[in-house]
Amino acid sequence: MSVFTYAEPQSRRKKTAFQRFQEFVKYAILLILGTSYLVPFYWMSSSALKNDAQVYTAPPVWVPIPTHWNNLWDAWKLYNFNLYLFNTLFKYAIPVTVGTVLSSAIVAYGFGRIRWRMRGLLFAVCLSTMMVPFQVTMVPLFIIFKHFGWINTYWPLIVPAFFGNPYFIFMLRQFFRSIPEELSDAARIDGASELDILFRVIMPLARPALTVVGLFAFMGAWNDFLGPYIYLNKPEQYTLAVGVEALRRTMNAIGNKQLAYPYLMAVSTIVTLPILIAFFFAQRTFIEGIALTGLKG
Amino acid sequence: MTASTLKMTSSEAKVKRRKMTPMERRRELLGLLFISPWLIGFLLWTIYPLGSSLYYSLTRYDLLRPATFIGLSNFQEIFGRDQVFRTVMGNTLYYVGLGGPLSVIAAFLLAFLLNMKIKARSVFRAIFFFPAIVPAVVIAMVWQFLLNTQYGAINSTLSALGLPVIRFLSDPKLAKPSIILINMWASGTAMVIFLATLQDVPREYYEAAIVDGANAWHKFWYITIPMCTPIILYNLVMALIWGFQDFTLPWLLTAGGPNQSTEFYAVHLYRNAFSFLRMGKACALAWILFIIIVVFTLILFRTSGKWVYYGGGED
Repeated sequence: MSVFTYAEPQSRRKKTAFQRFQEFVKYAILLILGTSYLVPFYWMSSSALKNDAQVYTAPPVWVPIPTHWNNLWDAWKLYNFNLYLFNTLFKYAIPVTVGTVLSSAIVAYGFGRIRWRMRGLLFAVCLSTMMVPFQVTMVPLFIIFKHFGWINTYWPLIVPAFFGNPYFIFMLRQFFRSIPEELSDAARIDGASELDILFRVIMPLARPALTVVGLFAFMGAWNDFLGPYIYLNKPEQYTLAVGVEALRRTMNAIGNKQLAYPYLMAVSTIVTLPILIAFFFAQRTFIEGIALTGLKG
Repeated sequence: MTASTLKMTSSEAKVKRRKMTPMERRRELLGLLFISPWLIGFLLWTIYPLGSSLYYSLTRYDLLRPATFIGLSNFQEIFGRDQVFRTVMGNTLYYVGLGGPLSVIAAFLLAFLLNMKIKARSVFRAIFFFPAIVPAVVIAMVWQFLLNTQYGAINSTLSALGLPVIRFLSDPKLAKPSIILINMWASGTAMVIFLATLQDVPREYYEAAIVDGANAWHKFWYITIPMCTPIILYNLVMALIWGFQDFTLPWLLTAGGPNQSTEFYAVHLYRNAFSFLRMGKACALAWILFIIIVVFTLILFRTSGKWVYYGGGED
């Protein structure tokens, strides 16, 4: 598979000096790059455990001893991050995930598994909307939602998710089309409606693809900054992403700079942790999902 | 990929241009019913906003008083009097024109490295990919601290060694390159896409090349790169579209400063809309952005005929 070493099977038995040098260079590059990619994360999590004396010093402290583990909990509690976590999960990420998966699956079924005349044309339109930049509709949508009286509510963030997302519609359509038509026909003979077929036949078979969609939709909401930043202006409504920024603002604004950096890094670490855990357990799903949406989108 | 799908389905539609049977009419209705969530959303959240923003772009509107029609004044201000817009365009073109290709190149080289015969590939892949899924807010907070002039890891090391500090984010000359560097660090999505492509390159091509006496460089330049050009194009287009719209990272890292050196398009648009409450001008800016993105994408696709290689028409 590899470009450099493939088709040279004898290299497995004894390596020439040049080949050994090549190997060395390869791993040296990998290790240097890998380490430098990790430094920001190490800096974040180690700084979260420092006190001010360990922050404001040169050269930098890489291993904070004594280790202030209590920073994690103190920062979280002091700034109401429990509430932000609740908001992010139950008012934003979970509704958006449910809405996106359901609506995208239904639309993908209409585009992928029902034969009708206009679907080619409408599917082309659907795909082309992926090209419309968010920034272009951002301001008029804000004006619309303001007329609805939806500013400072979660509705502007949740409701659009229930109308399908072109990326995920495309991805699910591809997946649905790979499921043999005979399965649907058998269900039809048994008198199942199209909706029955979608929910009882197709969706159970498409669980891997639906998982990818759900995961990405959830992460999109968890990571989203601009949406909540525009629509939610009351501190009790903040999501985690906006909460982190708000924490920085308070610490910069007042003379309350005590433990500013450790606390900021502590909440950043905690907010990143679920993503890390999800990634750890579902690396394949992530990678394959990205390769799929990316390649086929 | 998408183009071939479209061609197929539209020709499929052409075949059936005749009177519909009741059965067919039922199917037509059923299909429409299933896609109606998207169709309604498309009209509500895309078409209507596009239309209304075209109207608002011709008005002065601050959300408090009703919009007043002022003709093309917003556009005249943007292209004429507004010195800031020229700076913004310059910044954005620098950011997109340099940062986009650089992050695509970084992603490609990482993918190439990962595609070699190495141990613990999935570990390295995870490390290189992970920054791409970390919340932008966290990336901004961490890098801002890391690059801090006094207490950041890099500068406090430099100053302890008696070397001059690097003002990464507070020097107008360095702010843009610094943000580009952070974007390269977080280009894992493109890397994963490249890796999938590299793994799909048929081995026979390399074998045939070896028979013809090709060395590693020949294989890279005449097989690997051409086989990847469609995906290079895709990633370039994506980088372009995202670059023009990138808001969160620049906004949180530098908020347009120092000395407006990171006042990028999306930042400028946001500032006009939500700091100055100039919704009309923001809508005008948004439409200009839309046109710029469409034009640049078209140019990229136009040139692609010269350098993108589409292999022997698979699927």
